[in-house]
Amino acid sequence: MIPPQFDYHAPGSLEEALALLGELDDAKVMSGGQSLLPMLKLRLASPANIVDISRIPGLDSITETASFLRIGALVTETALEESEVVAERYPILLDTARVIADPLVRNRATICGNVAHGDPANDHPATMMALRAQMVATGPDGERVIGVDDFFHGLFMTALEPGEILTEIRIPTPGSAGGGAGGNGLRSAGEQSGGAYIKLERKVGDYAVAGAAVQLTLDDSGKVARAGVGLTNLGMAPIRATVAEEVLTGARLVARGGFRGAIDKMRDAITRAPDADEIINAAAQAAADATDPVADRRGSVEYKRNMARVLTARATARALTRAHTPAGG
Amino acid sequence: MAKHHITVTVNGEAHSREVDSRLLLVHLIRDELALTGTHIGCDTTHCGACTVLVDGVPTKSCTVLAVQADGADIGTVEGLAGADGMSALQEGFMQEHGLQCGFCTPGMLMTGTALLAANANPSEAEIREAISGNLCRCTGYVNIVKAVEYAAAKMAGADADAPAAEEAN
Amino acid sequence: MSDAKPRTSAKICGMGHSMKRKEDPRFLQGKGNYIDDITLPGMLWLDIVRSPIAYGKIVNIDASKALEIDGVLAVLTGKDLEAYNLHWMPTLMSDTQMVLPTDTVMYQSQEVAGVIATSRYAAADGVAAVEVEYEPMKPVIDPFQALEDDAPVLRTDKEGQEDNRIWHWEAGDKEATDKIFAEADVVVREKMHVPRIHVASIETCGCVADFNPVEGHLTVYMTTQAPHAIRTVLALVAGHVGLSEEKIRVVSPDIGGGFGGKVPVYPGYVVAIAASVVLGKPVKWIEDRMENLQADSFARDYHMDAEVAADASGKIRALRIKTLADHGYSDAQAAPSKFPAGLFSICTGSYNMENAYAEVDAVYTNKPPGGVAYRCSFRVTEAVHCLERVVDTLAHKVGKDPATLREENFIPKEAFPYHSPLGWEYDSGDYQAAMDKAKEMIGYDDLRREQAEKRARGELMGIGVCSFTEVLGAGPSKDFDILGIKMFDSAEVRVHPTGKAIARFGTKSQGQGHETTYAQIIAEELGLPAAHVQVEEGDTDTAPYGLGTYASRSTPTAGAAGAMAARKIRDKAAKIAAHLLEVSEEDLEWEPGTFSVKGAPDKSVSIQDCAFAAYTNLPEGMEPGMEATNYYDPPNLTFPFGTYICVVDIDRGTGEVSVRRFVAVDDCGNIINPMIVQGQIHGGLTQGLGPALFEEIPYDEDGNNLAGSFMDYLVPTAVETPAWETGHTVTPSPHHPLGAKGVGESATVGAPPAIANAVVDALAHLGVTHMEIPIRPDRVWEILAAKGVAK
Repeated sequence: MIPPQFDYHAPGSLEEALALLGELDDAKVMSGGQSLLPMLKLRLASPANIVDISRIPGLDSITETASFLRIGALVTETALEESEVVAERYPILLDTARVIADPLVRNRATICGNVAHGDPANDHPATMMALRAQMVATGPDGERVIGVDDFFHGLFMTALEPGEILTEIRIPTPGSAGGGAGGNGLRSAGEQSGGAYIKLERKVGDYAVAGAAVQLTLDDSGKVARAGVGLTNLGMAPIRATVAEEVLTGARLVARGGFRGAIDKMRDAITRAPDADEIINAAAQAAADATDPVADRRGSVEYKRNMARVLTARATARALTRAHTPAGG
Repeated sequence: MAKHHITVTVNGEAHSREVDSRLLLVHLIRDELALTGTHIGCDTTHCGACTVLVDGVPTKSCTVLAVQADGADIGTVEGLAGADGMSALQEGFMQEHGLQCGFCTPGMLMTGTALLAANANPSEAEIREAISGNLCRCTGYVNIVKAVEYAAAKMAGADADAPAAEEAN
Repeated sequence: MSDAKPRTSAKICGMGHSMKRKEDPRFLQGKGNYIDDITLPGMLWLDIVRSPIAYGKIVNIDASKALEIDGVLAVLTGKDLEAYNLHWMPTLMSDTQMVLPTDTVMYQSQEVAGVIATSRYAAADGVAAVEVEYEPMKPVIDPFQALEDDAPVLRTDKEGQEDNRIWHWEAGDKEATDKIFAEADVVVREKMHVPRIHVASIETCGCVADFNPVEGHLTVYMTTQAPHAIRTVLALVAGHVGLSEEKIRVVSPDIGGGFGGKVPVYPGYVVAIAASVVLGKPVKWIEDRMENLQADSFARDYHMDAEVAADASGKIRALRIKTLADHGYSDAQAAPSKFPAGLFSICTGSYNMENAYAEVDAVYTNKPPGGVAYRCSFRVTEAVHCLERVVDTLAHKVGKDPATLREENFIPKEAFPYHSPLGWEYDSGDYQAAMDKAKEMIGYDDLRREQAEKRARGELMGIGVCSFTEVLGAGPSKDFDILGIKMFDSAEVRVHPTGKAIARFGTKSQGQGHETTYAQIIAEELGLPAAHVQVEEGDTDTAPYGLGTYASRSTPTAGAAGAMAARKIRDKAAKIAAHLLEVSEEDLEWEPGTFSVKGAPDKSVSIQDCAFAAYTNLPEGMEPGMEATNYYDPPNLTFPFGTYICVVDIDRGTGEVSVRRFVAVDDCGNIINPMIVQGQIHGGLTQGLGPALFEEIPYDEDGNNLAGSFMDYLVPTAVETPAWETGHTVTPSPHHPLGAKGVGESATVGAPPAIANAVVDALAHLGVTHMEIPIRPDRVWEILAAKGVAK
């Protein structure tokens, strides 16, 4: 399998890259190339020009500020997997990175590439929805910030304009206002948040049959202050399950007093509120209802809807457990 | 279509070439540099037969352009053995019968080499995860796992004279 | 039953030693020589234009844009080949297959035109630029529909072909079998499909065809498991254009996995040869993975309807199987001529029964032609899956543990040689011993207790058992031939003056380690260190004629030939030893490597001494040299067997099946290299896991291949594959010179039913008696949902 002819450009700076995108006809941005190059080899894409941004300095860092975890355009999945701050405070991101493709692909594949590709079968979009991430698009007129809800427009379609590069993803920090999923709550002391991504795949290297990302923030009484639920490969675009979020928001999933007690216990030993399972199941069903999958070799519509339900319930339970571990996340 | 002048160091030797934009790294290595130990087994970045080290990082060379590797230090299977013989991992594959047809083997070796550089004492689960981007159709993976364990033990200075896989009886 | 100690020392390294492989150092250092590693001066590249549709007329092929591309030299079509009468070729089953079509395409991804260019890249661009106009027709995809009266006849090219039937085959006494079924206490029945799968060796197929126009000589380097037979086929196909057999050399270099997929002749090979002949330059063709999965021979695709008749206690009385075989548009399987359904009649397996009847109808559909014996001795996989599944259904029906029911029906070891109702003479077996060992290794009774406890808690755990009998080593010349050529195999052994040897064989290793095991056979028989025996295969100019490596036939045939040739040499060496020691031959004793005088052990000569003398100091009248050839025609097939036990856990939420443990106890007779045998079993098990849980090549109603790349053809990785546990018993073959039986594919045959039986066992209490493979999570979940137990 041989790619078609194209011209390759490797700008040394963001400015140069943006200038090239402005000048060249039919140019495609490439970072890790792990989605684009297979498409070229299969001749499913044939851009006249490829602008490789991987030599641009300064785009490969993961940094946490007071408000955001900032992931640069060239951060690879492997870098995310190896990041201490991610492991400690954003385990949902680690969950997600670990199940993408295979370890060799992850050595080159980037988080921003995974998101910018606009493929509903990719895993990060659901997680970004659960986390209420912001996309920083840099174009000839400078930066603009696009909320995740406005970013995905359909199959391989995003809010990125031609000439723009997704230079950074910003994830609200768990402790910040709006952090840990949920855009409008004011930060209050003693909040705990946790998230999880669970993917059902046929084997390593496969796209998801279904995937569910759930991020929960609990207030100091153990009530869900904010919830984020995103779903993978269950429609023409990544899905944010807003009704499921509403079911979870305000719910008390942990028994009173269970919060303190749970810290020292095993992860699975949190004392759930008596009706927690019922609430989680209702949220999971709401997530399933938000899907619009197609039947294929991965299963029927009914199966995929049910997997949305099962995985959302499991991810919620895991998120809840993580919200109760001292490290938070 | 413009040509690009690139220089890559492969197994310690520098090579300069004029390449097309679209030339894949695996074809540079195999067809231009005649290092045919690196193989091609699929079109979709699944099999890992083409795995090489790019600046120490195991990479599927069928999914990298040669021009992207300009300036990189590339390691292929031909560079694993030193003056004092095969590497501990190569030896492990031989002792533990970690290969049969040999076609996936160079990719497995490169992935395994990088794994051991990062993790001197990987568990079975870690080894299986690390090689999950390399398909083998012959061995059933059991002896590949053992080969990596053999190399880890040998590199740790442990007694590496353990007998090869004897059947449970 | 226990392993004999090796007869030879570690230095000699004959049978029973886990000798490290002689081929490994080159593979480990990137110095293997696979087909795509071969580059000849002036070499051109072939790439192939393929049909996007499954069935239709070719209206026009316009190559003009392709020919404008820099580096594209020629575009070959069926019309071009027709001028030389090379547009059709015979299959190994005496059917016919297009090389390139002149008017009609019969399956998706069929070869339509060949683009010849000066580079890989230009050839690919050329393929993209060839414009083909088709007039699509409604394809016939479902094999049952293919047999309906109103189905269009696909093979209008075949004179007298009035429907889509290819052949009907049957074995056994139908009337007597039907009579048993009519009077039996219990009859169970399962319909099942063993779906179309692909060998998916990690190396695809390819060749370098090198025609020398001055000499009129053709050398073809190609990925073939059977180079000699291929040379003969090429001579039959192209003899009329001057390529007679002495002018053809086929060289099979290192092969990156074969598994039966590299036995047939594919159109790409022939187009490359034609291109080389036309252009007078070497032409390389290397298919990509999608071409490999979409156009090369598939395997399996048997739709079976199986019934077992038994008495009330579960004693099996008879078996009846009706099968529909989907061969695609041509019967391009590679089976012995007289066995269109392969060795399917092994379907009575390990069980003693009064009678059996099996029939197979083969049909044409608009799918790629096939099917090959994928790591399988010609349809044994289908037969064993069918029997082992329906035997479990019987156990369920009569309320017996599936292991117990098997034990009660085993052919007892005293009954060997055993004559099966369908005509085989099983050479040897001790099925209970393998069962006992497997149960002990896995802790069968404890697992059954655990299962009962889990079932009470609502957890789904299953234990699957399979006790298979294989039939290998095709085969005795009275029955077995391919295109009329008897299925013997051969060895030629030459000992050099310094006591080192070269041994050449008619087979071709694709990872099995022949360079090592064959050397060990020679070492066993001659007492030369195996390290001193160089093994060569795969070059028709130098190796003796043989039928090749597939169907686990190498050890039973060529391995035996190696032993017999070595024995001829040893006989000659004995005469030389007698001459050197100045005694009569009768006074000599043989220990591996040494002749000594009876009663005077210090008076001895080594085999190396004898070799030197064969060139320097011969007894009077003896022909010089030390060389022997044997063409081995086996007196019978060999019948390895084993019991596999598998434990699975099922996720009630997702339907995912995880194989927790898998114990495989094999009996392949005497073992040449235990390390290699174990490796063969590991690999075979993994190639059984694939079709059991993951792999399938399905088609939609338009004939589109739905698993045409590794994105959807799900080859298991190290993560999905369990840590296989192996054991063995030893029941030697009474007729093989080394007592060996062959082992390459037992595990591929035995694993799928063991896994399927485990999944069904986990669901048996819900009334489930069968699941089709591959057992995908969604299929399991649909059942869980229907039974109301999905979480």
